[in-house]
Amino acid sequence: MPSEAKIVKIGDIGVSLRRAGKGPPVLFLHGADGYSQWLPFFDALAERYELLVPEHPGFGASDDPPLIRSVSDMAMFYLDFLETLDLRGVHIVGHSLGGWIAAEMLVRDRARAKSLTLISAAGIRVEGVLSGDLFIWNREELLRNVFYDQHFAEVALSLKPTDEQIDTMLKNRFTATKLGWQPRWFNPDLEKWLHRIKLPALILWGNQDKIMPPAYARLWRERLPDARLVMIEKCGHVPQVEKLAETIGPLRDFLAEVSR
Amino acid sequence: MKLISFHLMPYRPLDFAEAAKHRSAWVVLPNSLYDPVKGAEEYARYIDFLVDAERLGFDGISVNEHHQNAYGMMPAPNLIASALIQRTKNIKIAILGRALPIQQNPIFVAEEYAMLDNLSKGRIICGFVRGIGAEYHSTGVNPYFSHERFHEAHDLIINAWTQPGPFPFEGRHYNIRYVNLWPRPYQQPHPPVWIPSQGSSETVYWAADPARKYPFLVTFSSTELVTRYLNAYRDKAREYGYEPEAGQLGWACPLYVAETDERAKAEAGHAIETLFNNYLRMPFEMLIPPGYTSFNSLKNFMKLRTNVGGRISTADELIASGTAIIGSVKTVRSKIEEMRDKTGLGILLPMFQFGVLPDDLAQRNIELFASEIMPHLKG
Repeated sequence: MPSEAKIVKIGDIGVSLRRAGKGPPVLFLHGADGYSQWLPFFDALAERYELLVPEHPGFGASDDPPLIRSVSDMAMFYLDFLETLDLRGVHIVGHSLGGWIAAEMLVRDRARAKSLTLISAAGIRVEGVLSGDLFIWNREELLRNVFYDQHFAEVALSLKPTDEQIDTMLKNRFTATKLGWQPRWFNPDLEKWLHRIKLPALILWGNQDKIMPPAYARLWRERLPDARLVMIEKCGHVPQVEKLAETIGPLRDFLAEVSR
Repeated sequence: MKLISFHLMPYRPLDFAEAAKHRSAWVVLPNSLYDPVKGAEEYARYIDFLVDAERLGFDGISVNEHHQNAYGMMPAPNLIASALIQRTKNIKIAILGRALPIQQNPIFVAEEYAMLDNLSKGRIICGFVRGIGAEYHSTGVNPYFSHERFHEAHDLIINAWTQPGPFPFEGRHYNIRYVNLWPRPYQQPHPPVWIPSQGSSETVYWAADPARKYPFLVTFSSTELVTRYLNAYRDKAREYGYEPEAGQLGWACPLYVAETDERAKAEAGHAIETLFNNYLRMPFEMLIPPGYTSFNSLKNFMKLRTNVGGRISTADELIASGTAIIGSVKTVRSKIEEMRDKTGLGILLPMFQFGVLPDDLAQRNIELFASEIMPHLKG
């Protein structure tokens, strides 16, 4: 389990940060839904690494500074974050929106990074293959499209959120809209610079992902200079929840290999 | 009281059984359900209907902008206004409004309004709105920046109308080196600006600001909400240190009058239900995308609104809540006078045709209103 969430100041911006474990640093960047709870996936990573799980500005308990207007701003913020906490040799793991932020950081500056892991990442576009429209879906449609195994959707739907959780969900959704509505979940200028991410990269993807269809995984592998792709069978958009073993296995192997 | 005949121009020949298979009559309703031959007839009849309001003694006629739906066939209301100008002499023509944030370049709104003002020799009233949430799905514009784009577009348009050009406009969303409007508006310093809204407090306060004093029109809301929002405008004006005039407070609503309450309900009941349950039906995610309203407005809206969007309303409920005024001459007149007494409103925009209401009933409705109710409101 992590230490309690602490607010750390990056410049003027307060970010809620959870830390766990010891070892080389791993920075996990969450998706558009925000940080919801501490996952077994995080515990598994924290066995051998120092895991940092921040909430992005505009999400959860973090500040919502007007300065952040785009994913490009978010990337610059996280470069400040690495510098302020003086993190070096960082393994960056980004899920969905977090994968997009990670890629935007690393095309700009990879000096403090050791590797990149993208899980069901947004940020680029495969023409003719639309990402799921999570802005038009209601909550049930969203959850049913996020998971391949509908059991996960049903469990999530059976939970009645508290008022505080509803506030957080709305806050997260406002920021997700700001960052991802137009163009929808990608930056047209990102793909052409991905060759700059000269780092070992791992791409993890559910082969039944309806939010970011698997064609996106293949485009990431083509554009990143040193990437391997692991497709996870019978899995939707959140492999670290839906297929923990199949996700953590290749990720641990990858981190061990690139840490050598 | 100023009386303005307002029209949405719904597509009445809609196949409702087919439409019901889709999430809404907006955004995703396949346009294969639109028959241009029938649609062209609709335009012709609706324009005739609006033009006739001049003969009946109305102060104005009004159109508005909505995109990609069966609810209102006026993505470009200025085109309709241009046709209306050619067929009328003195009546005011209110475009309520253009949806500013979804425009790629608001300078075109400034230009077209200025043209219409010239073409009509100063009969234009300009509405500025933000469009409804569905239109952010239909146009791709990010709703998070809706307010920001609205205010910036507003400033650009007002400056374009009132400042000597050329001048530069330096915004975040719009940057134009040479703003230099030809033609300038006919009315000086610029045509009246009215703000139709469903009552977000940010909009109420902004419209009431002494720098603007824009007339504020509450649209399609229960009498309880209309009262609340118009009084919020008044309270805010007083806080700013002035007393708002009746001409700053308006109400737009579907209205149907017949010989008796029973007959009015029998003739208009189905049509008013189609307006709210078929044409305006849409899920919350479509109606209010994140950022379209402020966080607090969104939470208030979730609490207050029950009759727009997802829920099915009966004619009885719509009448009881005052969202639609339907009844005998006596009933309709007393409901309007009651609202005038409660709110001090000075502009009424009745919509005499709504939903599938056929032409003959809409015509009888407006004529009965003009002969039996209008004289009392104008007197």
